[in-house]
Amino acid sequence: MGFWDRFLKIDRRWVFLIVWIAVVIPLLKPLGLPTHITPPVKKLYDYIDKMEGEDKAVFLSFDFDPSTMPELLPMGVAVIRHCFAKKIPIIVYGGLYPQGVGMAKMAIDMAKTDFPDIKYGRDYVFLGYVPGLYLVILSIGESIQGTFGNDYFGNRLDTLPLTMSIDNYEKIGIVVDLSGGDIPTWWVAFAYQRYGCRIGCGTTAVSAAQYYPYLQTGQFVGMLGGLKGAAEYEELLVRNGIPTGRRTATIGMDAQSVVHLLIILLIILGNIGYFYVRRRERRA
Amino acid sequence: MHISTNPWVWIAAILTLAIYSFLYKDNPFYKFAEHLFMGLGIGYGAVLLWYNSIIPRLWNPLAHGTSPTRFFLLIPIALGLLSLGIFSRRYSWLIKYPLAFYMGAVTGLSVPVAFEANIFEQAQGTILKHSMFSNPWLGISNIIMFIGVITTITYFYFSKQHRGLLGKSARVGIVYIMLAFGASFGYTVMARISLLIGRMQFLLHDWLGIIK
Repeated sequence: MGFWDRFLKIDRRWVFLIVWIAVVIPLLKPLGLPTHITPPVKKLYDYIDKMEGEDKAVFLSFDFDPSTMPELLPMGVAVIRHCFAKKIPIIVYGGLYPQGVGMAKMAIDMAKTDFPDIKYGRDYVFLGYVPGLYLVILSIGESIQGTFGNDYFGNRLDTLPLTMSIDNYEKIGIVVDLSGGDIPTWWVAFAYQRYGCRIGCGTTAVSAAQYYPYLQTGQFVGMLGGLKGAAEYEELLVRNGIPTGRRTATIGMDAQSVVHLLIILLIILGNIGYFYVRRRERRA
Repeated sequence: MHISTNPWVWIAAILTLAIYSFLYKDNPFYKFAEHLFMGLGIGYGAVLLWYNSIIPRLWNPLAHGTSPTRFFLLIPIALGLLSLGIFSRRYSWLIKYPLAFYMGAVTGLSVPVAFEANIFEQAQGTILKHSMFSNPWLGISNIIMFIGVITTITYFYFSKQHRGLLGKSARVGIVYIMLAFGASFGYTVMARISLLIGRMQFLLHDWLGIIK
């Protein structure tokens, strides 16, 4: 049995091991590869940045669970830090599914460590889970107080300064939805099309390709796609002097780049081997 | 190296390793972690639904409320109870009523906005306008997109045989579809590796304290 025969029948566990090594080594010895900013990320960053000094809030929805946490949580932390640094009011929503609440709580706890002057109720509010899926999106257009009643901690929303002044999409500058599924399209359909509220999107890389048409038509202001999108947002925070804490997305991008090269190499070798063996069998 | 002393971090790390052990082969540790995850997920969702929905939105208004409109809540309760008929062979037909209500409401709410967001806006975005040629590269990419939309749609036109101009257009459409598949696959690789990176960061940073 020749090299290519053995290569094509390689036990997949060897591939897992090689990928694992390709991930771990750059984490132990970072390469410091540069992060280039792409237009969809820059547009979202700039849109939020320009809200500084306005009386409108950012509405950040955590529509994901632990299975997509490595990609989406850094986005949430970065957007919250951006708002805290620029004193842009932010309503953090635990999302349309129950599992997002824990993610949102974690993101707030990670982000607020560098901003001791940020005050709950005045600068940000945390909304918990209410059932209803897209009906919640529609209901926010009527009244946030009517939809949620209380915040995550049980405080009545009509007692918090932020939600006393911001009660529907009229005072929300942008909804940023973080999701690994098709929930951003729900926000487009029910919040943008119905109420004209602008939408930004942070999504897993696997979903990013399907959202470019929404970006092209302007239905999304901007988009953060996967770990790369999160790393770009972190980079923009650094360039603008905003504290970022531990930049988990940026740290991960070295490993991401190494594994991408490895996958490309494996695909090329696999194809060479496939065509070589096929040609040899045809000749035989 | 600063190994975590937090027991929850240890539990999470051990469960992570148990799940990854499946990459070698199926084993009882993986099965245990898988079943634990399923049970916890469902239990967490049920508890959250009970305390965030049923108690504050149904039980409290009905048991302690004073508003006369609170009795409207009996309508969704009745519809919800009808859906439990599915568990009985004799009364399974009862589920038709909540389903009909649900289907009607969802269709009514979704269709107009879905058409607007997914068809009208997208079609509008494909129409070449003067503003799309503000710089040469933007113009070229918009022409490429325009050709891609037209040829891909012709590929999915099945009422005429793909011959002549239609056949040529459909073949170009296939190229665009393959490019889209390639882009999706590339993104999928990135997504899956991101998950591995996330777990490795947890193990090496939060658990073992090897990396900063």
